[in-house]
Amino acid sequence: MKFLTQTAAILALAVRSFALDGDVRIHDPSTIVRCDGKYYTYGTGGSCLVSDDGWTWRRGTTPPRRGMAPDVVHLNDRYFMYVARNVGAQPRADINLIWNKSLDPNSPDYRWEEAGVVASSDGIEDCNAIDPGLLLDPKDGRLWMVYGSYFGYIRLVELDPKAGGRKNPIDPPVNLAINCEASIMIAHDGWYYLLATHGSCCRGADSGYNIRMGRSKIITGPFLDHEGIDMMQGGGKLFTGSGGRVVGPGHFGRINLGDGVEKFSCHYEADLDRGGASVLDIRPLLWKDGWPLAGENLREGTYQIASVRTGTVLELAVEGVPVGGRRERRGGGPGAGGPGFARPGGGGPGAGGPPRGAGFFGGTGGVIPSQDVGQVSTNWPDGNIDLRMANFLCQAQQKWRITAVTNAGGYPGSPYFKITIDGADRALAATADGELIAVPAFTGAPEQLWRIDQLTDGAWRIMPKSAGSSKEPLALSAVGSSFATLSKFDAKSDKQRWLIKTP
Amino acid sequence: MEKQPTRSNETGVMERDCAESQSQHDRQPSPLRLAFDTATLRKIIFSVLLVLAYSTMQPIANAAEGLASAPTLTRPTSANKSPSADGFIQRWLILEPIRANGLTDHAVQALVKKEYFSNQFTVVPKDGDMVAFDGTEHIWHAVDTKEYNVNLYHFARALGKPTSNVLLWGVTIVNCPEEISGVRLAIGSNAASVWWVNGQEVIGIYGDRQTVIDDGVSKRLTLKKGPNIVRCAVLNGGGATDFCARFLDANDKPLKGFTVSAGEVAK
Repeated sequence: MKFLTQTAAILALAVRSFALDGDVRIHDPSTIVRCDGKYYTYGTGGSCLVSDDGWTWRRGTTPPRRGMAPDVVHLNDRYFMYVARNVGAQPRADINLIWNKSLDPNSPDYRWEEAGVVASSDGIEDCNAIDPGLLLDPKDGRLWMVYGSYFGYIRLVELDPKAGGRKNPIDPPVNLAINCEASIMIAHDGWYYLLATHGSCCRGADSGYNIRMGRSKIITGPFLDHEGIDMMQGGGKLFTGSGGRVVGPGHFGRINLGDGVEKFSCHYEADLDRGGASVLDIRPLLWKDGWPLAGENLREGTYQIASVRTGTVLELAVEGVPVGGRRERRGGGPGAGGPGFARPGGGGPGAGGPPRGAGFFGGTGGVIPSQDVGQVSTNWPDGNIDLRMANFLCQAQQKWRITAVTNAGGYPGSPYFKITIDGADRALAATADGELIAVPAFTGAPEQLWRIDQLTDGAWRIMPKSAGSSKEPLALSAVGSSFATLSKFDAKSDKQRWLIKTP
Repeated sequence: MEKQPTRSNETGVMERDCAESQSQHDRQPSPLRLAFDTATLRKIIFSVLLVLAYSTMQPIANAAEGLASAPTLTRPTSANKSPSADGFIQRWLILEPIRANGLTDHAVQALVKKEYFSNQFTVVPKDGDMVAFDGTEHIWHAVDTKEYNVNLYHFARALGKPTSNVLLWGVTIVNCPEEISGVRLAIGSNAASVWWVNGQEVIGIYGDRQTVIDDGVSKRLTLKKGPNIVRCAVLNGGGATDFCARFLDANDKPLKGFTVSAGEVAK
């Protein structure tokens, strides 16, 4: 689907919105996996983070094998964890496999089993066997592992998807890249993408970590960047670097939530709001022109919510007032004196006569201020108000304030939000029968909490935490040009794709 | 830009013609005027009177001709009609336009809630029924449209009725073989319109707007087994005016499997 340029413009201006909640301290996190509804990730030194919703995290149980930069993949009934250790002076290392049927220590199935070394480096060869990254090829079900660091090459070996070990141990690894570490491979639309971290780690806010990438139609490479430079010669298109209040992103991990929603995990070497600690983050994963693009979680702010399908925006179903008040069109001409052109008593700010000789199209001769919701809302009903959609006219009933709600939980990467008319208490809510309403004031009820995920094309999916008796998640849907409802999300349709734009 | 009428506004053309005529008249050298004799003047006056008489009679002639001159509308020739391939309802009873002016939310709501004729929110008229409002008689006409939309401009113009600053009422009967829940009425109109299904107001769209398929959409509703009455009131400011309507099923696909009737059609 066509990438949305408006969103790209917003992204270019955006900084990080929210860090994850809870205890998110970790270094070199593994790809996040789900087990019995919970999210798990493991880092260097045996650290483990677990979350019920992907937003609030806490310390988990350390696995028996503590090593460096593990990666985890879920295959059939097993969780395979690949974790590296130094076995002498670098670059002498090996990557070990352990597996478990559950990641929940309270499960009767929770028991780590050792499965041996799957890759190693002897300290002489041009490779350091650390930082494993797994790919289960969706095309044919083959399992691959890349590994390595700045000592030589990033290498590729094939693994047995049933037992997790090397498939053909005597086959030499394939060299894919140099001058990077923390590599991992993903597949998308017939391409393989090798994402790896350039720059230096482990220096706090002085870490130059940044994630770069190349792509290939063949899993063994060559992986070329957007300039055609082979990653074996140091190439790499930037995926994401430092920004806002965080420094040094590294250790990409893909999270496919289905229905066209993809996210990625990484760690920052230093979160300036957390004393420079190394922390976990989850952000939207977008695709543009055949390349992954790092999205941003939604920031709090005032927005128009526009349908990709119709171009119209969500508004309260109240009679709008033109910004600046209604202006009378003098001197005849088409539409003069017609509906909507009557001058109310006194007019609004800037509603005086146009500059002499300029006519109606010459404007008022002054600056027309933005609409004051307090002034235009006096005739709005006191109770619930229906929702509808209309062309955006910069009016108060079309501007929405999106604000994170604390202690209300969340979803991978973001908290739940409330969506209220900017400057007023009117809050968007789902009804029990799967429709929309604006309630007079936000109460924190689950039908007033909204999950806002960025889709892979940059548009947004907006879903209530609860929609009455509906057993399946519903999403804001532009069923008509002038009417929105809630319905089951269809990733192939534009009905439930929204642009969240500055008004 | 301003809304343009579908066809030239007669009043505008006449005003322009008159102005041009007057201008030419002013440029006539006075000796020519002096050259007219009385007989010639009589012929000219007679011709002018003939033209004026014809012009005055033209709407009456159109009205007598009825909808035959409406290019997109025909008289129903069957008892029931299926919706179009895209689900559009193509059979309606339309009341001749009533003068009305206003397109904003409040103005439209006030205009459609005003009583123009008895039982206007419940009546299922028959073709040829007449109502009187403000000393003027208005007739219900059963029409089939050849298009996805009902062209009210064609309707009013064919009947010699005004097309601007008017309110048009429409009614149709949707016959369902069984109860259907989770459907939505989906309409588009030029310009504002309010819609009812079985007496319940389900859609209101306002302002000077063009017809867009599935512009206004109702919340989920249930069509009962048997006849269901769909009623609309369309307000037009100036120029073209039309509407389209269909039902969407629970998956937002056009609803079919029902028939539409307009009661007994006068011969």
